Amino acid sequence: MTAHWTRADVCVVALAECFRGDGEIVANPIGTIPMIAGRLARATFAPDLMATDGEAALIANDEAFAWPDGRVVEYYNPYRSMFDVVWSGKRHVVMGATQIDPFGNQNFAAIGSDYSVPKTQLIGFRGAPGNTINHATSYWVSNHSPRVFVEKVDVVTGVGWDRAAAAGAAALEFFDLRRVVTNLAVLDFGGPDHRLRLVSVHPGVSVDDVVAGTGFPLTVPESVAETRTPTDKEMQLISEVIDPSDQRHVELPEEAS
Amino acid sequence: MTTSKLTTIDQVVGSLADGMTIGIGGWGSRRKPMAIVRAIAASSLSDLTVVSFAGPDLGLLCAAGKVKQAVYPFASLDSIPLEPHFRAARQAGLVEDVPFDEGMFLLALQAAAWRVPFLPTRVGLGSDLTTLNPMLATVTSPFDDRSELVAVPAFRFDAVICHLNRSDDRGNATFLGPDLYFDDLFLRAAPSRRYISVEKVVPTRDLLEEAGTELRLRVARMMVDGVIEAPGGAWFTSCVPDYERDEALQREYVGAAKSPDAWASFAATHLEAAR
Repeated sequence: MTAHWTRADVCVVALAECFRGDGEIVANPIGTIPMIAGRLARATFAPDLMATDGEAALIANDEAFAWPDGRVVEYYNPYRSMFDVVWSGKRHVVMGATQIDPFGNQNFAAIGSDYSVPKTQLIGFRGAPGNTINHATSYWVSNHSPRVFVEKVDVVTGVGWDRAAAAGAAALEFFDLRRVVTNLAVLDFGGPDHRLRLVSVHPGVSVDDVVAGTGFPLTVPESVAETRTPTDKEMQLISEVIDPSDQRHVELPEEAS
Repeated sequence: MTTSKLTTIDQVVGSLADGMTIGIGGWGSRRKPMAIVRAIAASSLSDLTVVSFAGPDLGLLCAAGKVKQAVYPFASLDSIPLEPHFRAARQAGLVEDVPFDEGMFLLALQAAAWRVPFLPTRVGLGSDLTTLNPMLATVTSPFDDRSELVAVPAFRFDAVICHLNRSDDRGNATFLGPDLYFDDLFLRAAPSRRYISVEKVVPTRDLLEEAGTELRLRVARMMVDGVIEAPGGAWFTSCVPDYERDEALQREYVGAAKSPDAWASFAATHLEAAR
């Protein structure tokens, strides 16, 4: 049986798996491949998830990016309401990261040693401090490299395990940092003192590839699984319903598989 | 006796002074009061503190050299993720940066609107906000939990500007798009100089029909000091359903960040024309 899936499809499934068991909360994956993944999780093994239309509504549609037959609106959710969702903990976000360190501290605000005159100004803190301290958080990194996985981030926007622990009980109470899915692998924070640990490598990727792409010592278990591949039903949902315009291969071109 | 608060952009800009703190409504590159922002950019005002869920409002004012301090949770053009003029100003060290989390920013607006000195939150704990934002402090819960939380101080605005879809001449206003964003909180948070520009001024008796439902009548005249009728007043940012974002013009705006010459040309075309 020849593979009929690509690396992008494997990443979609790996990100969908992040939402397994989450129940009736807002799955809020940010970015192209994560958004497809959230839709896939709901359409298959996590039917209770709620999802945004990217604007001011929670919608029931399986399609990720366009709703030719109209949106099925479940809830009016303007930006202000989103903070009610975030602070009540009813959300699992998947964010991107320009830098991420061994404990899961994330940076997407600015690059450089002097914050007052950054080498590169990025988007800002956005909602990362509030997200990470209030509900489940996972990350999507489409370019697993030592430039992203760094020993120390320049600015802590999203909070990692060590910083949450140091900030006290109120910081840890709802802290729930889960996984990092990249174009190469799935990782979690099951290493010593909640350090980043390799969980599985995507088909065609070696453990050495992941170690080489990580700018700090990575916890590698004795046996590392291969990330599961999409089922036929999942592939049909992804390619025919959720992402028929093939946005996922714009983010992660097909040659990767 | 007139009850009308109709005014002009010149009068609004004339009521502002160097060093003021100005709150700007809208979100990213959506429903920003760009007609007023352009006039500020073309004015002689300087050393402003801009408080905004920022997009081209902050960027344009940075490019025009008006901004001393930026108070913001993000700066984005939505369809173009990063704000090029703000980036340029930051990377040249020209702007003091006061970073916020989005929800924390809401609390600073709400504290101002409710006239309390601060509101407590978990948000910020463990992040670099607590070291990089000099406005923030920590506070200990007076109750049995004794939690250490972040105290978010109320914003102090000298002026607030917002752009809405419809209003009457007294300042009762409505948004017609998907989200009011935080415009009502901005307007409640300022003690004076609360200005709205609108696509169209209509008689009060027509306001409900324009809005379609009472649920969209979210800005009351007691929250507004001046009304400017400014069709197209969100300029290239989106103001649905009146108009979508002008993506071509936004790209032109982004291109103007490439060099001083490109900016000069853009300013001559789009800012001087605003005068």
